[in-house]
Amino acid sequence: MRRAGYRRAVPARERDEIVHRRGRGEGGLLIRRPARYSALGLLARGLTGRPWPRLWAQHELRRSYDVVIVGGGVHGLACAYYLAKEHGITNVAVVDKGWLGGGGSGRNTAILRSNYLTPEGIRFYDRSLQLYRAMSGELNFNVMFSQRGHLTLAHSDAALRTMRWRAEVNVLQGVSSCVVDADQVKALVPSLDVSPHTAHPIVGALYHPPGGTIRHDAVVWGYGRAAAALGVELHQQTEVGDIVVEGGDGPGGKGPGGRVTGVRTSRGDISAPVVVNCAAGWASTVAELAGVTLPITTTPLQAAVTEPVKVFLPAVVVSGSLHVYVSQTDRGELVFGAAVDPVATYSTRGSLEFVEGLASNIVQLMPGVARLRLLRQWAGLCDMTPDYSPVMGVTSVDGFFVDVGWGTYGFKAGPVSGEQMAACIATGRTPALIAPFDLARFTEDRLVGEKGAAAVGH
Amino acid sequence: MLLVVCPHCGPRDAGDFHYLGATSPRPDPATVTEQAWRTYLHLRANVGGWQHETWYCRACRQHVVLERNTLTNEFRDPPVDPLGGVR
Repeated sequence: MRRAGYRRAVPARERDEIVHRRGRGEGGLLIRRPARYSALGLLARGLTGRPWPRLWAQHELRRSYDVVIVGGGVHGLACAYYLAKEHGITNVAVVDKGWLGGGGSGRNTAILRSNYLTPEGIRFYDRSLQLYRAMSGELNFNVMFSQRGHLTLAHSDAALRTMRWRAEVNVLQGVSSCVVDADQVKALVPSLDVSPHTAHPIVGALYHPPGGTIRHDAVVWGYGRAAAALGVELHQQTEVGDIVVEGGDGPGGKGPGGRVTGVRTSRGDISAPVVVNCAAGWASTVAELAGVTLPITTTPLQAAVTEPVKVFLPAVVVSGSLHVYVSQTDRGELVFGAAVDPVATYSTRGSLEFVEGLASNIVQLMPGVARLRLLRQWAGLCDMTPDYSPVMGVTSVDGFFVDVGWGTYGFKAGPVSGEQMAACIATGRTPALIAPFDLARFTEDRLVGEKGAAAVGH
Repeated sequence: MLLVVCPHCGPRDAGDFHYLGATSPRPDPATVTEQAWRTYLHLRANVGGWQHETWYCRACRQHVVLERNTLTNEFRDPPVDPLGGVR
């Protein structure tokens, strides 16, 4: 939208929302302060019919920024928010080739937990859970976090042994987790079939009370709104076609030893000393533009949702052996996720095999849902790493940062990744919490194996 | 999910195959440096577009090299590879 047109397009009744003009570029930009959401404000707007202001403003793309973040999902927006809030770096652009939250942030099954296997992983995801708990208040945006408990079912003695291991490591790290037997599973989730006569009997579970679900779109919009209010510019429909690197060893001066000077986008060129790759499933293609090769393959993960029914499922239920996880939304729909597809691809087309496998497995677990109808299915792209842990921090190209490799566990890590990446960029030092997840670990043989605790059997 | 064209068995459902990933030349274990070996083990081009990749056809029990577009899942005529392209 053109700047002059934007000013004219504001209806008179909304004009009081325009609070200040910032002296940026020629003419400055008009910024509308986001309304503070409150019960009183809701009442006032309900009575007067005054429209709510937009969550963030649209801007012309400027020629230079201090930081350009590629990818407008929860990771990119959280990074922008913490850069602005914690470090005062507000000259930041978040660019996305689609729309905010259109990738993994809007396609995941919105499950939060921190019951991982390695101490590094547990500390990291637990910090994320803490940030999620405080999020509605901090962002003044209702993200509907519901800590309803999380059950990882064990169908064999071997699986139960892994659960005990995870519970011990969790408790040592101060995370609430315990192993429960089949009767306790039945007491927690009565709709589960815990009889010993099924093909895959439930012999116990890892119970993780702090786990739960959240409204993922609200998390994206909340971070976007809060970042924009601090001065960050959000540019949708802005595809990065190239990353400008000088002085590197590779072709065109890219690659190791080089230094980032900017990006070329579909809406114009930007000069920037720092570019952050938060492109999730597309991370490899973005890194390639800077001459950096990542340890990632992109594989779709499919999910599906049923028609809404009366609330009957009080916890999140995961079965690694049956490749399924399920939770019930506040609307009453059952949300299912599965293992990643067996073929690496950038296509997000769904398949009948997925629905068939999912239905057969979920009916084994909960025979009562056999006649529920599916409303829709979809797929999201997962950037899988060899050790099922993310890749965060600096790269061999100066100024080019990565926050990628989020596989099937990126959404739950959004806030902590944003917080730690912002610190990494602002201070020039890699924080201890994300140091184990650096890119160099793959060539220095320091893998952080999380396969045993990452979602369902991969 | 997708239709894979085996050079021996013709087009078959992807469920009849096992996908092994993009082909990449394996360094000689006798002379390779640690760094190069780990790069071979872990780093991936993860191409968005046409790539050569190895599939195992469970029908004819052969490894075959096929060329597929990872954005659209189209296959095109594979290169002739008498050894089956086992990596």
